[in-house]
Amino acid sequence: MPNTPDVVSKDKKEKWLYSDIVKEHFFDPKNFLLDDDGYEADGMGMVGSPACGDMMTVWIKVDPKTERITDMKWRTFGCGSAIASTSMHSVMVTEDGGRTLTEALAIRPQHIIARLGGLPDRKIHCSVLSDKALRVAVNDYFRRTGQIFRIMPEGSRLVDKVLKITDHDIEEAVLEGADTLEKVQARTKVGTGDPTCLPEVEQLIRFYKEKYFD
Amino acid sequence: MGEILEIYLDHAATAPLDPRVKEAMLPYLGKEFGNPSSLHATGRRAKQAIDEARESIAKILGCRAEEIVFTGGGTEADNLAILGIYRAYKEKGNRLIASAIEHHAVLRPIEHLAKKEGADAFFVKVDREGLVDPEKIAAAIDEKTLLISIMYANNEIGTIEPIVEIGRAIAQWKKEHGRKMNDAPFFHTDACQAAGALPLEVGKLGADLMTINGSKIYGPKGVGFLYIRSGIRLEPLIWGGGQEWGLRSGTENVAAIVGLAKALELAEAEKKKENARLTILRDKLIVGFSAIPKTRLNGHPTLRLPNNANVSILDIEGEAMVLYLDEAGFRVSTGSACTSANLEPSHVIRALGLPYEAAHGSLRVTLGRGTTEQDIGKLLAVLPPIVEKLRQLSPVRLNMKHYA
Repeated sequence: MPNTPDVVSKDKKEKWLYSDIVKEHFFDPKNFLLDDDGYEADGMGMVGSPACGDMMTVWIKVDPKTERITDMKWRTFGCGSAIASTSMHSVMVTEDGGRTLTEALAIRPQHIIARLGGLPDRKIHCSVLSDKALRVAVNDYFRRTGQIFRIMPEGSRLVDKVLKITDHDIEEAVLEGADTLEKVQARTKVGTGDPTCLPEVEQLIRFYKEKYFD
Repeated sequence: MGEILEIYLDHAATAPLDPRVKEAMLPYLGKEFGNPSSLHATGRRAKQAIDEARESIAKILGCRAEEIVFTGGGTEADNLAILGIYRAYKEKGNRLIASAIEHHAVLRPIEHLAKKEGADAFFVKVDREGLVDPEKIAAAIDEKTLLISIMYANNEIGTIEPIVEIGRAIAQWKKEHGRKMNDAPFFHTDACQAAGALPLEVGKLGADLMTINGSKIYGPKGVGFLYIRSGIRLEPLIWGGGQEWGLRSGTENVAAIVGLAKALELAEAEKKKENARLTILRDKLIVGFSAIPKTRLNGHPTLRLPNNANVSILDIEGEAMVLYLDEAGFRVSTGSACTSANLEPSHVIRALGLPYEAAHGSLRVTLGRGTTEQDIGKLLAVLPPIVEKLRQLSPVRLNMKHYA
């Protein structure tokens, strides 16, 4: 993965790992859930696991008439950028009276990163999690409100049937900086058991590179 | 405005240069700039300085001066031991044995030799407290074994390995298999973290090769040495003018070498008193940590370096904790993946048989000469609210019984 310099603080005095905005959201996180028992959510979503180093849960409240997300609470186990990006994401989803479900789902990792004033390259994969958690939460809201037809299928489809590698795994690898088939293979071993999937893997790499980096 | 609090508790990463060491180095950063290889008086004085440094170190190790080879740090000395032995003896065999918790300066060259030069790498597991079992070492040695490399004390969890027993087990194997002293296998130990805290007499330790570096013992960075028992051959890594008996070419870093020797002298002289002082502070810290719910001590409770405390704090992630502590003025470290370039959590904590999540939440505090009881008190006052805050933020609620 190419090593770009870490983000420099605004006053240029101190080269810190994170930007000033990241620091603000890291040390003073917004909208995290304090009280489990007293919170009635309309939808909840969870991604990651503590074993892989990042895990987050989000809870949303939705106004059924306007479909605006009026509240988004969260909890994150993870490094500074994971905490800060979830915090920023919650601000972006709920600002201006709350984004509609459609608007909220259109918030991509790169939008969160831009609002944070950048993240170190190797940290980018962390912040991708909160948009996935939100997507799961919105699906949960659809399920709870009986709008089964609106549930978005999780975009994970088996690509390598031997190693059980999904398109989501390829997406993760690309987000972590693997921009060639070799680099993706170094991370996932994709295609070593089932080389017939390689053309599709190459297509996916191109797709995710355009999606996140162009 | 009051002075900003800054408490450095990361001495296993590096220690500050002792002013007395700096003082000893200064002439060689000034008018004594000579090249020790020069014939003239300026050069001879520089030569004299590195000779004296070498003598002083040899005295502490109980070895001959010619058995000390200065390098550009601990990593280079470890690399020289492993790559050097393997390449010099490769016609005799190809097995290299190391513990699973060695420093990367040992693991990476072994992995490289396995990948590119036909080595048979064998990594010995450690127990739950990080101890290497000498019997397991003996069992791993075969006819083709060239080198066994086991660290004296671990840099992350502070566990002190039974080096004497391991050396004895290797010697016993050699005896039983008709190998002479100067035949493979050889025993290398990385003593970078042990120097200044543990006995360094190589004869008593039974080590054939030993690595020590400067910056962990309040000496300069970028300098270290490899002790190589005479009679052992090594292929050099760096070729050139033939300095250091041809084992490490390049004009000697005279000031750094003088500083390294001075640092080791001071560390030896103050070892006993400092060990006693640090052990009390360390145990105070460990007791303080254990008062925080859902924590576990990593490493051995008593067979550990006097300056090392390492705990896993469950349900939170190490980088977040380190950055919160940093903001409060405390410089500490973690084995969390987030702080490493490869995003893999500490191989050491993992090797203890603990799951990834315990490695992600590990916190290492390493004390030093400047550490006071007040510092420990301040850290123990600041840490619990930080842990509480990060736990409030965290969705993880692990069950402690799986991590004890």
